[in-house]
Amino acid sequence: MTPELLFSQLPFALPEVVLAAGALAIVLIGAFLGDKQARFITYLCVATLLSAGGLAVANAPSAPVVIFSGSYVADPFGAYAKMIIALTASASLLLSVDYLAEKKLERPEFPILALLSALGMFIMVSSHDLIALYIGVEMQSLCLYVLAAYARDDARSSEAGLKYFVLGALSSGLLLYGCSLIYGFTGSVKFDVIASQVADGRSIGIVFGMVFVLCGLAFKMSAAPFHMWTPDVYEGAPTVSTAFFAAAPKVAAAILFARVCFEAFGPLIKDWSQIVAIMAVTSMFVGAIFALQQTNIKRLLAYSSIANMGYALVAIASGPVYGPGALLVFISIYAVTSVGMFGVVLSMRNKEGDRVETIEALSGLSQTNPLLATAMTMMLFSVMGIPPLAGFFGKWEVIQAASASHMLYLAICLILASVISAFYYLRMIKKIWFDQPQVGMMLSGGTTAVTLTGATVVLAALTLVIGFVGSLASLAGAAFQ
Amino acid sequence: MAAFLVLQSLMIGVFCALDIVLFYIFFEAGLIPMYLIIGIWGGKNRVYAAYKFFLYTLLGSLFLLIAVAWMAVTAKTTSIPDLQAFPFTKDAQTWLFLAFFASFAVKMPMWPVHTWLPDAHVEAPTAGSVILAGVLLKMGGYGFLRFSLPMFPDASNDFAPMIYALSAIAIVYTSLVAFRQTDIKKLIAYSSVAHMGFVTMGIFSGNEQGVQGALFQMLSHGVISGALFLCVGVIYDRMHTREIAQYGGLVNRMPIYAAVFLLFTMGNVGLPGTSGFVGEFLTMQGVFNVDPVTATVAASGVILSAAYMLTLYRKIVFGPLENPALSAIKDMNAREILIFAPLIVAALVLGFYPALIFDQTATSAVALVDAFHANFK
Repeated sequence: MTPELLFSQLPFALPEVVLAAGALAIVLIGAFLGDKQARFITYLCVATLLSAGGLAVANAPSAPVVIFSGSYVADPFGAYAKMIIALTASASLLLSVDYLAEKKLERPEFPILALLSALGMFIMVSSHDLIALYIGVEMQSLCLYVLAAYARDDARSSEAGLKYFVLGALSSGLLLYGCSLIYGFTGSVKFDVIASQVADGRSIGIVFGMVFVLCGLAFKMSAAPFHMWTPDVYEGAPTVSTAFFAAAPKVAAAILFARVCFEAFGPLIKDWSQIVAIMAVTSMFVGAIFALQQTNIKRLLAYSSIANMGYALVAIASGPVYGPGALLVFISIYAVTSVGMFGVVLSMRNKEGDRVETIEALSGLSQTNPLLATAMTMMLFSVMGIPPLAGFFGKWEVIQAASASHMLYLAICLILASVISAFYYLRMIKKIWFDQPQVGMMLSGGTTAVTLTGATVVLAALTLVIGFVGSLASLAGAAFQ
Repeated sequence: MAAFLVLQSLMIGVFCALDIVLFYIFFEAGLIPMYLIIGIWGGKNRVYAAYKFFLYTLLGSLFLLIAVAWMAVTAKTTSIPDLQAFPFTKDAQTWLFLAFFASFAVKMPMWPVHTWLPDAHVEAPTAGSVILAGVLLKMGGYGFLRFSLPMFPDASNDFAPMIYALSAIAIVYTSLVAFRQTDIKKLIAYSSVAHMGFVTMGIFSGNEQGVQGALFQMLSHGVISGALFLCVGVIYDRMHTREIAQYGGLVNRMPIYAAVFLLFTMGNVGLPGTSGFVGEFLTMQGVFNVDPVTATVAASGVILSAAYMLTLYRKIVFGPLENPALSAIKDMNAREILIFAPLIVAALVLGFYPALIFDQTATSAVALVDAFHANFK
């Protein structure tokens, strides 16, 4: 590849360039300013993320453009996903400021690691060969391991980081093993070449490789039966890290999963759609049933995210015609709601001002803080999938995709799981509205609370309107063809 | 208050929507305010009732959602008139009918999925009960008329015997259950289920009398049963108990109340001259044309309803004033009389001159019935 060609193609990767250059610059600025200015660094990171996300949309070509010798693709599908990633990552960074300051963890590393992780996610959603895929996944994961162990004096946080790392390394191993099998049997790492190779006839080696790759990616997505790490890591990690884990990386992993299925293994749809369908059903039911007994709100949200990944997998199992649009609508709504719910978790404190994480602590929130109570209620009804809130439109798109591709049984499993999970969401709403305050809740005082409440309320308000802009995502999904 | 206004807007939306997705959105969104109304302002056992109401209805509605998604994908439209014209295959009709049935039967509610209703009614505040009986229950009947009959005529025809059977069981069984209740609200709730049995039966008779009667019965039930819940509310506000045994001899202290309560008791029994009679009579006549056995069984429901309603009335209003707490009870005040006035007028006017409604609904009902018969022949 000549330098001229490289530079002519670089504009298509402008969002990634902005992120990478921004991250490096911010590392320098952070080193120069020191820990005192960590808040400023966070705002810089948010600005970088937002401009990268904006660029991704503004810069999106109307048809897919494959660049860098076929290893990278710029298309509306990826551009939309990048926008969602940038938005939710920025929102969770904004939520983190007060928490980190209070826990004496305010250092520039946190936002910078999140920024680098977002760069990994950008690469994931745009990757067009197995090398870029792996680099993106690893870049993202390594930063996340550190974020999980960020409160390094806290045993639980270190434990979460270690668990996440060991299991994550195992899944990366699976992923790499699958990649090497595929390379060995098709002679290429590029998605389009793999697709044309498998179209001619599949060999057992390719199917094995595909299964390994999908397992590795399912781990990153925390789909059952590769979900075991999720509740522990969610619970142990600092809540701000969890808020970050629950949204942007899930979007990136789901989009990458879809891309690998649709682009690299498109002709093998019969083989992977059953794998994906099984993972979808197990995720939905594991997420719904195991959450019933949780008392810690972070663990509960972990199971809730497993169930939601199951719904996303239903969209992927619906195939490349109906899947992408539904996936984008669903996952973006999920990500927004998830950050919002963590915003509420971050505001939960008892009378003494200590942070609490039990569901019990939500009792009587409607009396102590009506604004937050309303916001949380809206988001809970939204994840439950009750119209007219956004979550309904996500599920509606997924059910439509499943029925269009003759996978009604997936749609039926989806609604059964939804009703089961409705029970624990309702229980939280019950605590908020019907019960008397027990632990005594209040919101962190001073100006800091304004950002937190503001961000949470904006996210809740989004759950009202975002469903109606779903057509944007459908457009991006349609452009995937 | 805000919850009631939201609920009201959503219900207006349900009956106005001409797009099936929009209909679903309104239909389902009503769960949120109703859950909060029962849960926040309800009685002792409100949490259980709120859960039961929500989960029951949600499960039913989600089957409807799958059916709607499938129809949208197959027919490539979500407009209700276009869907009514779309010829679904017989197999598809069967499944779609069952999915719609799951949702509307719960909402209606039909035996045996009616058990959420007594709990919801008993625990809901008076206003919640009134709106539940008056409007929410009618969404099921509306759904049958708007979707099941015109969109799946073959399936409706096939499943009609099942609906007759369920309706007949509902009428007799829930009337007997109502007879044994010790809680006033629960008794009225069970009687609602019985009256809704007449509605489903009438709708699926597929002739003009049946459909017109079902429409009228829904309207009249909304007025009468709403008023009965208000009657309970009046004495509950004073005594804070709904136990029948706590009352007795109210006529001595509350003559106006006794008169109003009597009127609506008679309406619920279906006495000629009240609106309750017209609906019951027409639905039975409609069903008698197609299935005399069901109509005969249903007719016994009228006698049973007289039995439990009159017993209730006797125990509460007549007899000696035994409970000392009742001796200071006050009759209805001006505000309460004002609330009841329009309901009394409606119950009587519709009873004596039902054409007021029938003239309005005749065109649609005839069109519906004609289209139904044209489609499956």
